[in-house]
Amino acid sequence: MESLIELLPQLWKAAGETLYIVGLTLFFGGLGGLIVGLGLYLTRGGSLLANKPVFVVLNLLVNFVRPIPFIIFLAAAQPLARLVVGTGIGNNAIIFTISLAASFAMGRIVEQNLLTVTPGVIEAARSVGAGTARIIFTVLLPEALGPLILGYTFIFVALVDMSAVAGYVGGGGLGNFALLYGYRQFNPIVTWAAVLLIIVLVQLVQYLGNTLARKALRR
Amino acid sequence: MAIVELRGVSKVYPPHEKGGSDVVAIDDVSLAVEAGDVYGIIGYSGAGKSTLVRLVNALERSTSGEILINGQDIAGLPERELRTVRLGIGMIFQQFNLLGSRSVAANVSYPLEVAHRPKAERVKRVAEMLDFVGLADKARAYPDQLSGGQKQRVGIARALASQPAILLADEATSALDPETTHEVLDLLTRVNREFGVTIIVITHEMDVIQTIASKVAVMDQGRVIERGDVFDVFSNPQQPASARFVSTVVKGIPNPDELAVLRGRHPGRIVTLAFRDNAVDQARVFGEFARAGIGFEVVFGGINEVQGRSFGHLTLALSDAAATDAPTTPGAGGTDRIDAVLDRVRTLTTVTEVR
Repeated sequence: MESLIELLPQLWKAAGETLYIVGLTLFFGGLGGLIVGLGLYLTRGGSLLANKPVFVVLNLLVNFVRPIPFIIFLAAAQPLARLVVGTGIGNNAIIFTISLAASFAMGRIVEQNLLTVTPGVIEAARSVGAGTARIIFTVLLPEALGPLILGYTFIFVALVDMSAVAGYVGGGGLGNFALLYGYRQFNPIVTWAAVLLIIVLVQLVQYLGNTLARKALRR
Repeated sequence: MAIVELRGVSKVYPPHEKGGSDVVAIDDVSLAVEAGDVYGIIGYSGAGKSTLVRLVNALERSTSGEILINGQDIAGLPERELRTVRLGIGMIFQQFNLLGSRSVAANVSYPLEVAHRPKAERVKRVAEMLDFVGLADKARAYPDQLSGGQKQRVGIARALASQPAILLADEATSALDPETTHEVLDLLTRVNREFGVTIIVITHEMDVIQTIASKVAVMDQGRVIERGDVFDVFSNPQQPASARFVSTVVKGIPNPDELAVLRGRHPGRIVTLAFRDNAVDQARVFGEFARAGIGFEVVFGGINEVQGRSFGHLTLALSDAAATDAPTTPGAGGTDRIDAVLDRVRTLTTVTEVR
């Protein structure tokens, strides 16, 4: 317990780093997921921009990336991270890699949520002369907003999970903190303090997501 | 000039599976809708009605033929140019297809936003339209708070917001109960009369055609098999499929099963008389029977009214009161008097001897 009190500054710093990593990956991965999901949805047969080759390639890519365990993906994507962000280790590298993995996971969720929008509503928008871009922003996304918010909440939890692995490639955060000061020092109290903090964070975000989704769905 | 004209239009889908044959949804259809018409298109499910109506605003693209809207052929227009065409064609749907994320007012405003109309104009127009459909008090409500009939009225307000000259109604009342159906049909009639909007109504309910349409086309297997004034098609359908539709609203000529029952109950001769418009004087027809002393009983049929004109069929069981002992088979002695009367009646109307 005393050691935990001594470690408090490090704990807050780690919590801050987790928020930093998760916040940025939620932004980049979320955006990537939206693009991948929209791509899957729009190019699917019978959809607004139906294009079989594009759909098949995108679909294959998503299925290729998603089953790779994250810790292996982290190692495998290191050369790519080095190429894009200039380094293979540290927070920035891990933000890149998590965002990449999250884009594909989130893409699937976005696709599924968009598929719940009734085709008739899209047809109604087309019948008044709306173009594809307008339909995306005024019909598709608003109509699927409730489930999309829940989808993003879901991915947030996955992002916290992924960020915990960051310690392995020199990233910071609560996962790294728990490993470094708890697990390796045989100090379960420190480990559990980090875990507790993560649980509180997840609960808060889930509550926020539920509230926003309820508002969007007006239920 | 017709406001909507289809010339030899076909729509062919590629085969569902490899090696299969093409699916012909619309087969060489020609159709002309005059401005101000309420044009009904009727047919069973799968007859191609929904596809046909979607060709008019190019939600579906035709495979061949010309589709003229105000004289402009839209069949080959690129998607971008179609958007302006679509602003002049409103559409309402069976499932209403309102945007659940938008309030009633925002739904009605949507086509105006698409058309880049200024905000002040949008607000004014939305209020006008909601007033017209009687939902001014629901402007801030959301679609999921409305009943089916109210949703369709919002659908109509939305479809007419951009002041189109043409309104397409795709099974617009099929999800509504009979009473609400008539409210919506009354509204569509007002749309036609007050705004002069040409309406194309797709339906499988003959009742809808009878209530609002002036002209009708009957579709079967992707083809238009019969067309004309509603009165003509209703009172004298030429095709079996049309006759089947008509019989759903007009009890006319007994079908074989019904006839067997009638035969069992009435041993005498049975004839069906056609009554059409006021061309046939019912009083004179029945007078002939009465004068000749031929007993008659109406055993089947009905008289219907379409656009203020009546028509129908009555099936009579005849008996010769003066020759009750005589055999009643046709041609045998004792039926001569009936034949004589029927000959006279034939000069007044169409007589079909039912055997």
